[in-house]
Amino acid sequence: MLRHIRASLVILVSMAVLLGLAYPLAMTGLSRALFPAQAAGSLIERDGKTVGSVLLGQNFTSDRYFHGRPSATVDTDPNDATKTVPAPYNAANSAGSNLGPTSKALVERVQEEVGRLGGAAEKPVPVDLVTTSGSGLDPHISPAAAAWQVAAIAKARGLPEMEVRKLVAQYTEGRVLGVLGEPKVNVLKLNLALDALPQR
Amino acid sequence: MTVNGWAQIALFIAILLVLTRPLGFYLSRVLEGQRTLLSPVLAPVERGFYRLAGIDPAEDQSWWVYCRAMLVFHVVGFAFLYLLLRLQSVLPLNPQDMSAVAPDLSFNTAVSFLTNTNWQSYGGEQTMSYLSQMMGLAVQNFLSAATGIALAMALIRGFARANARGIGNFWADLVRVTLYVLLPFCIVLTLFYVWQGVPQNLSPYVEATTLEGARQTIAQGPVASQLAIKMLGTNGGGFFNANSAHPYENPTALANLVQMLSIFVIGAAMTNVFGRTIGSERQGWAILAAMGVLFLASVFVAYWAEAGGNPILAALGVDNAQGNMEGKEVRFGAPLSALFAVITTAASCGAVNAMHDSFMPLGGMIPLLNMLLGEIIIGGVGAGLYGVLLFAILAIFLAGLMVGRTPEYVGKKIEARDVKFTMLAILCLPLAILGFTALAVVLPAGLAGPANAGPHGFSEIFYAFTSAAANNGSAFGGLTANTIFYNSTLGVAMIVGRFAIIVPMLAVAGSLAAKRKSAVSLGTFPTDGPLFVGLLVGAILIVGGLTFLPALALGPIAEHFAMLAGTLF
Repeated sequence: MLRHIRASLVILVSMAVLLGLAYPLAMTGLSRALFPAQAAGSLIERDGKTVGSVLLGQNFTSDRYFHGRPSATVDTDPNDATKTVPAPYNAANSAGSNLGPTSKALVERVQEEVGRLGGAAEKPVPVDLVTTSGSGLDPHISPAAAAWQVAAIAKARGLPEMEVRKLVAQYTEGRVLGVLGEPKVNVLKLNLALDALPQR
Repeated sequence: MTVNGWAQIALFIAILLVLTRPLGFYLSRVLEGQRTLLSPVLAPVERGFYRLAGIDPAEDQSWWVYCRAMLVFHVVGFAFLYLLLRLQSVLPLNPQDMSAVAPDLSFNTAVSFLTNTNWQSYGGEQTMSYLSQMMGLAVQNFLSAATGIALAMALIRGFARANARGIGNFWADLVRVTLYVLLPFCIVLTLFYVWQGVPQNLSPYVEATTLEGARQTIAQGPVASQLAIKMLGTNGGGFFNANSAHPYENPTALANLVQMLSIFVIGAAMTNVFGRTIGSERQGWAILAAMGVLFLASVFVAYWAEAGGNPILAALGVDNAQGNMEGKEVRFGAPLSALFAVITTAASCGAVNAMHDSFMPLGGMIPLLNMLLGEIIIGGVGAGLYGVLLFAILAIFLAGLMVGRTPEYVGKKIEARDVKFTMLAILCLPLAILGFTALAVVLPAGLAGPANAGPHGFSEIFYAFTSAAANNGSAFGGLTANTIFYNSTLGVAMIVGRFAIIVPMLAVAGSLAAKRKSAVSLGTFPTDGPLFVGLLVGAILIVGGLTFLPALALGPIAEHFAMLAGTLF
């Protein structure tokens, strides 16, 4: 028994040093040397300020921007630490809604979103635009969800619809290697491009 | 369902099948203690471990010594991880000033990572310091995976050896698997994931100002190095709360493909190791074929359910062309989310790239069913193989009863003692799952957990105990599990689900090793053909299906019909 205890202790401690310190620290150093941007979180800067990460969605409420998907993330209630309040796209507390398919809360929320977006039975809203993502941080919407918003954005910015549509097409990413995943539009990148269009 | 969806599924299966044999070859060389490509670098390190620990790697341990070494190692590992979590607030590498983890949560988490479950009652980015993630959780990810592979090899040796006293050396198996398989593979995988966009840094969380001027705090950390072992070791514990649905933890469809392959590749290769070691690779392929039948059936049902979308939402003016997207990410869509869900629960991984809680009733039933069957479709690294071999023993015993002769499997007579231990191992799972679920649905502390009402609430509880006892770790995440009741009951379920299978399994291994090998004769039932595959699938479905059908009827099946009727809860 003592033999087993000694072996256990020695192997555990030396493995903890090897796998728990040497391995991740070496990987951190190597990653920073080989892929510095990704290792640091793929952050985007504009005018010297960090505006977010290209991999993470952020909350858009203005009618001048394309909106991402609804987000179910929350934050601690500033008035009561035992409670939470909605905080869409909280990148320090990723989460989905975890609402089941027969949940009243889900159906009411979707109904409200569909109404806000002006959808109807004859003109149905793309499903990703009214459902929350798994992480609450989904950076993408489907091309259909982007197309749905084009007219309103063009109007709010006083741009010809054609120009906005062209921008969406330019920022639509196909499947990886032509087969993996789904076609998608990165909302943050698209909105940055909108802001970069010459003002008129 | 689309052609492109099935093309992705076919691509995954094809790559997996190509990898099975070469990796099986490499793994068996490692486990037999032979020279490999990496020996010039790693052999001195390996010898260093043995010398420091006072181990003779050539010592052949009896099943009971092997088992004791494994158990002692787990007790020490538990103490180490528990203390690390309790003390994280005063230890270094804690840029976000995370406080000490509460006692009940530390107990649950330590058990969870030790048993290769990775059930998480916490959200990583809100709870764990970088040191706890790296030195606590990731280290156990390596060691629990290596333990699983070691144990499977012990059982394989039981089948392969004749008139033998021992089943190998636990320490040598553990050290060799870690050094020669898990660590080198993880180094390559980490760099791949970083290239794809997974962060790997020790920086504090980043403060960004969004385009609209709001503040966004962005969690960081050494994610990639932990992600690599989390998938390869079928551990599944996310660095972030959203696990592999988080864009930082699974940024692209290509990273997603590699993650799915990582989950399955060692488990698939273990069937080949089995075949090689007993001297007939066909026996390994037969096991893999039985797994394949169950896998394809699972994928079909889950993909079909998710691709169809939620009919209740369609009635509200929602275009369901993309399928059910609640809890899913656009870059994966319904096909890759369904496929990932099947893979992660067929193996005992438990990582998720979409929220299972928001799956369609039948789409969510498939992950649940995969775990209830004992995670023998590929299964956890090692655990899947010893699980399915126990079912093979049972299947061959049933066949023996039907024709009235002593059952034999790969040259070993299966006798009363072996069948008793096998049944003990197989019955522990339903006992833990159904017992604790029943307890939770009558106690107020248990009923306080579910976030959804109606049958879905029952499914949340049922899923939690299934996931814990099957050592999976995925969740119907709506359940509020970070309470003393759930942390302690789930912790016990995880212990039962791991060790109450391992100990009888090792006893079987010891008993098999001691038997002589009987020669193949005309009367031997062939266990490498379609008849045996069918028999094995049947045994798995009858044991799993009949045991759990009533509970499934109360949860997902009831919810499915409620949904069709438009009932809301």
